Amino acid sequence: MQTAVIVFPASNCDRDAATALEKLTGKAPRMVWHNDPIIPDDVRFVVVPGGFSYGDYLRSGAIAANSPVIQDLKRKAEAGLPVLGICNGFQILTEARMLPGALMRNTNQKFVCRISRLRLANAKTRFTKRYDAKNEIDIPVAHHDGNFFADDDTLRRIEGNGQVVFRYVDNPNGSRNDIAGIVNEAGNVLGMMPHPERAVDKLHGGTDGIPLFKSILESL
Amino acid sequence: MIARVYVGLKPGVLDPQGRTIANSLNDLGFNEVVDAKQGKVIELRFAESDAGRDAVEARVKEMCEKLLANTVIESYRIELDEE
Repeated sequence: MQTAVIVFPASNCDRDAATALEKLTGKAPRMVWHNDPIIPDDVRFVVVPGGFSYGDYLRSGAIAANSPVIQDLKRKAEAGLPVLGICNGFQILTEARMLPGALMRNTNQKFVCRISRLRLANAKTRFTKRYDAKNEIDIPVAHHDGNFFADDDTLRRIEGNGQVVFRYVDNPNGSRNDIAGIVNEAGNVLGMMPHPERAVDKLHGGTDGIPLFKSILESL
Repeated sequence: MIARVYVGLKPGVLDPQGRTIANSLNDLGFNEVVDAKQGKVIELRFAESDAGRDAVEARVKEMCEKLLANTVIESYRIELDEE
């Protein structure tokens, strides 16, 4: 199964994502540079990784959202290609309007770096069906701008549609409704602040990220 | 021509940095401060052209919508100045 990781200047979780994908698919992902106008046609799943693309200049993810590769990603995602945006990748997907809302500065002003416990708000998505909805999972967070905001109407809409996928048990950043991750309406684009690619090996301290990758890869 | 774009959070969007600034001012004894909002100013300089103010403003508005502001959380105001 061919997967891909998008690489921006100052991405720093691209190799973590690649390692996780290779471990779970047995095949190295294509590393697609931000200036490439096209994501190769054999790619069936794309990860937009964490980091500080373009130094977080202007707003986290704002410049990356306008890069050539994201224009192609948008077209392909609209045609159904599954996409996972992690941390800075989530910020990029909201800035690109591929997901609703925005990620703002954490309310406590601190960079938060720790294991976060998550509840499955929707265990029926293509990204979560391998999880037991009753179980809480431990996935690391590491961000300064993870405070999810959407206006009241948008919040009602995404809650009503079951687009909220993960919630923090102990909200580390002030996110509205404790939201840690959401999918688009079609269900093929997931954005989340926690890092599932950092929870796929016992040496990571936990493996709760594995069912997420397995869920989406099995759905292809 | 210079355009100054003021970008700030929309009313109703909690501004953690503004809140911290107000608290800090209160701690320094400026108790009359009840709220602070933080935004940014982006100054754009244009090459000489015959474009009128309206045309320039329309272009800057497009820049704001496309990149300079995230209209999910931010609003913006444009000021034009002859150099």
